[in-house]
Amino acid sequence: MALSDKDRIFTNLYGVEPWNLQAARRRGNWDGTAGIIGKGRDWIIEEMKASGLRGRGGAGFPTGMKWSFMPKTSDGRPSYLVINSDESEPGTCKDRDILRHDPHTLIEGALIASFAMNAHACYIYVRGEYYNEAAVLQAAIDEAYEAGLLGANAAGSGWDFDLYVHRGAGAYICGEETALIESLEGKKGMPRLKPPFPAAVGLYGCPTTVNNVETIAVVPTILRRGGAWFAGFGRPKNSGTKIFCIQGHVNKPCNVEEEMSIPMRELIERHAGGVRGGWDNLLCVIPGGSSTPLLPKSVCDDVLMDFDALREHKSGLGTAGVIVMDKSTDVIKAIARLAQFYKHESCGQCTPCREGMGWQKRMMDRMVEGRAEIEEIDLLESITRRIEGHTICALADGGVWPVQGLIRHFRPLMEERIAQYKQRHGDPEKTLPMAAE
Amino acid sequence: MAKVTVDGIEVEVPNGSSVIQACEAAGKEIPRFCYHERLSVAGNCRMCLVEVEKVPKPVSSCSYPVADGMVVKTDSPMARNGRRGVMEFLLINHPLDCPICDQGGECDLQDEAVAYGADHSRYMEEKRAVKEKHWGPLVKTVMTRCIQCTRCIRFATEIAGVPELGATNRGENMEVGTYVEKALTTELSGNLIDLCPVGALTSRPYAFVTRPWELRKTDSVDVLDAVGASIRVDARGPEILRVLPRTNEAVNEEWLADRSRFAPVDAQKRRRLDRPWVKRDGALKQAEWVDAFKAIADRLKGVSGERIGAVAGDLVDAESVVALKDLMTALGSANLDCRQDGAAINPVRREFYTFNTTIAGIEEADALLIIGSNPRLEAPVLNARIRKRSLLGKFPIGVIGEKADLTYGYTHLGDGPGAIGNLGDFAEVLSKAERPMLILGRGALARPDGAAILGATWRLAESSGMLEEGWNGFNLLHRFGGQVGALDLGFVPGAGPGGGKDLADMLDGGVDVLWLLGADEFDVSRIPAGTFVIYQGHHGDRAAARADVILPGATYLEKDATYVNTEGRVQRGRLAVHPPGEAREDWRIIRAASELLGHKLSYDDLAGVRRRLAAVNPVFGTVATLARRGWADTAAPGNGGALDDTPFAPTPANYWQVGTIGRASPTMAECAATYLPAAAPSLAAE
Repeated sequence: MALSDKDRIFTNLYGVEPWNLQAARRRGNWDGTAGIIGKGRDWIIEEMKASGLRGRGGAGFPTGMKWSFMPKTSDGRPSYLVINSDESEPGTCKDRDILRHDPHTLIEGALIASFAMNAHACYIYVRGEYYNEAAVLQAAIDEAYEAGLLGANAAGSGWDFDLYVHRGAGAYICGEETALIESLEGKKGMPRLKPPFPAAVGLYGCPTTVNNVETIAVVPTILRRGGAWFAGFGRPKNSGTKIFCIQGHVNKPCNVEEEMSIPMRELIERHAGGVRGGWDNLLCVIPGGSSTPLLPKSVCDDVLMDFDALREHKSGLGTAGVIVMDKSTDVIKAIARLAQFYKHESCGQCTPCREGMGWQKRMMDRMVEGRAEIEEIDLLESITRRIEGHTICALADGGVWPVQGLIRHFRPLMEERIAQYKQRHGDPEKTLPMAAE
Repeated sequence: MAKVTVDGIEVEVPNGSSVIQACEAAGKEIPRFCYHERLSVAGNCRMCLVEVEKVPKPVSSCSYPVADGMVVKTDSPMARNGRRGVMEFLLINHPLDCPICDQGGECDLQDEAVAYGADHSRYMEEKRAVKEKHWGPLVKTVMTRCIQCTRCIRFATEIAGVPELGATNRGENMEVGTYVEKALTTELSGNLIDLCPVGALTSRPYAFVTRPWELRKTDSVDVLDAVGASIRVDARGPEILRVLPRTNEAVNEEWLADRSRFAPVDAQKRRRLDRPWVKRDGALKQAEWVDAFKAIADRLKGVSGERIGAVAGDLVDAESVVALKDLMTALGSANLDCRQDGAAINPVRREFYTFNTTIAGIEEADALLIIGSNPRLEAPVLNARIRKRSLLGKFPIGVIGEKADLTYGYTHLGDGPGAIGNLGDFAEVLSKAERPMLILGRGALARPDGAAILGATWRLAESSGMLEEGWNGFNLLHRFGGQVGALDLGFVPGAGPGGGKDLADMLDGGVDVLWLLGADEFDVSRIPAGTFVIYQGHHGDRAAARADVILPGATYLEKDATYVNTEGRVQRGRLAVHPPGEAREDWRIIRAASELLGHKLSYDDLAGVRRRLAAVNPVFGTVATLARRGWADTAAPGNGGALDDTPFAPTPANYWQVGTIGRASPTMAECAATYLPAAAPSLAAE
């Protein structure tokens, strides 16, 4: 059963109505904000825990729990909320639509979340390429200031609150929370060592929580309608609604807010007009943004779109950027392109990621041609295992998972490619580059 | 304290320690590239991975804090495989040029590759190459070898205080460099060579010279600045090939300034006085030792003691100073001086001319006033200690004198001595501080009102609570390693009626015979024409050209000798190579001369001289250790007349070409040419 319109949080996802405050108020934003804040910090966090909301940025960490890590009383340092709007994961464009069409859901959420975490200031780190989106967001913030919804005694809640927009410079790694903090401080975007976690030592050395745009934007509605309402969607521990970004070889690519745990096939067929050439023409799907391993059609037939179901199939919900590939796709080339992306975006701090991503990319390039030995598929797999889990941040993990997924599900195709190449070129030993030791 | 079990060994380490420290406490060596105990933790090389129970992934032990009850496995399959992976990744883009790499034999990567490397490379793709960068005349870069550990970046930023290095580009293309290519403007740049775990940063003068296993290593002490850093001298045969710092927490930690590191190496072979010379018919002629001594004896015949004088230089060792003093006394002369700069140092009590807080004591101080000194140029390693303290915070620093970039922030309180009595708000800062200290530059005393400055500074120290039991915050910063030793031995004009003449008087025709023991730092042209000059030293510098007799001596690396650093710490240097040619250890030259002059000194071996040293001043009985001096005596060094508010002269910007050794070194000349502002170009003759 599809999500009914009355249960949608993002009622202006498609920009049918204006984004401005007047229209937003008509849609129900900023309704009783002071009242929600009046119920107090503990109530908000409890309600968030009850809603079962898991972070929408990719890792899926329970939001209420994350908020509860923030210090209850200040030791003299201020607390900060930072909203991660550096949406750079290939295949993901949900935050973008929130920023440009429904910015007031985010702004209201920022106020409530900041109050819940004792923060008087919040920074929204917007991806550099989102120029127009940042302009809209800034205009919406200005509007909110003018209407007394931000600033001293924001929205009449008695809470002083300032909201700032900071534009990034377009680095994927700055979407990692600690790299984002570094970048926000004006440094090179390189992830920090954890521990200490941002909740203890974050922005400018102060307690900080970093949340995704969608996570914060759903907060006001959850609190207005109750955590139980939100928890009513989806399977337990995977509750709520979620914006899915469906693209690739579908008839009608779109962003859509849907219930969690919806079957993937239903999601694609109901909202995206189905796979190009029919469901049987499906080759594979990357279910959660580029860094989640792909799923072959056999899995896609009946998999549910939520954190746990996809994890069971060794993939993940990630950011819910659903990349659909039909049988016309050269899937090896597609994954090689992702390997190139991760090589390009590696910050260069940790040895395995810095050196390994280039190695992986170069091997993938050869795999596309088939200019390799069959044993080298095992070598590639072993390299990805040596990269995974040995670095400061998760970029390296996300960078090797697509390749691991490819080898897991399409190894016969890779072997066939190699065999074809050998047939065309004779003995490949002679065509291999010399080892540059 | 936290109890941690490392490979079954239980150790207790302070809370907040990292796992790598716990492993070290348990005697387990963890391989590392980016981690260095004196730098901030970067945690990026990933070589120090260990397994911690209940943590699903291997953790980098350098950045992971210990917790009570933690169980660490340093050699489990998880840890070992992690390190093997890291090693493989490090090697794929590292050139296999060990045979032509100067780091070979002392390379961390090489060593760890033996433990964690594979027997062959699985990497079949193209390797990365990075263009060399020019970082100045001292540090040679081969950036293809760089493993991006960022130790050099952290050293430059944190210790040296020159944030000139950084990483440009990302991922595989990440390069360490200065962005806009330039020579590093730090006097500590040589330490980058020691810090670099691979051959990316090596010594430019030492390039392709030798292999570490061919070197004979001698522990010694540096005298090219007054810090007296502990050094290791690496020599092969008769050649000194490099000088490296040794760890000495009390003095230099593990750093060494560039002059001390590079100058003695190539100065060892240049402009050396390797045989005696005697002036005959207006020109210096090569001579035998006996002829030289005879020439001296002939000239001294009939000259009364008052007409003989001796000047000790800045790099002299205590043994030769005491021998020369004894000889002069025997000759009936009290005309002694070791203050070539004419600094109004009061040699009566040690507190008046030493660095009383000690160098390590800087870290305990909570306020600092610098008067007439630029520690960055005068003692770079000591300056790094001030910066280290400054970074810890709550350490207000005031400066009177030159407004120089000292690598830390300070309040400028004035240009001249007038500010000493008029500190403004800083007076309150000092009086509120519990352990305030001041550093008075030796240069500040080398002016006509020097004695008045010393008196005013001492009074300031007294009135602002620097002189207390257990804490003496008055510090005099000398510039060379021989200066304090000569003062300790009383190599100053004899006191009393008919007392000795000082250097100025000697130069004004006060003496007929002048014995210069390595003294080159005064205006030699002021020596009157008729004065007979004996120059005893190791380099043919200013004074040797004026000499009538040249006695070739040994540099500080060529003799077993005793030096006293600015703190008053007595330290022993050891012979690393023998002096060249006919040159000899200086105290032996004086001992031999004394015999021919008919005043044979009572000692004829090293132990004998050292007994004599301790007899002259008991401080020479205690070597290397130094007790912090509290202040008990209330006497002040005297007022010494009126202050003149002429601004303090800045420390010469040429840090490199200082002293006979600095001036003889081509490397130092290159540094000076690189770093000093170029002289105005001469006009083209059109």
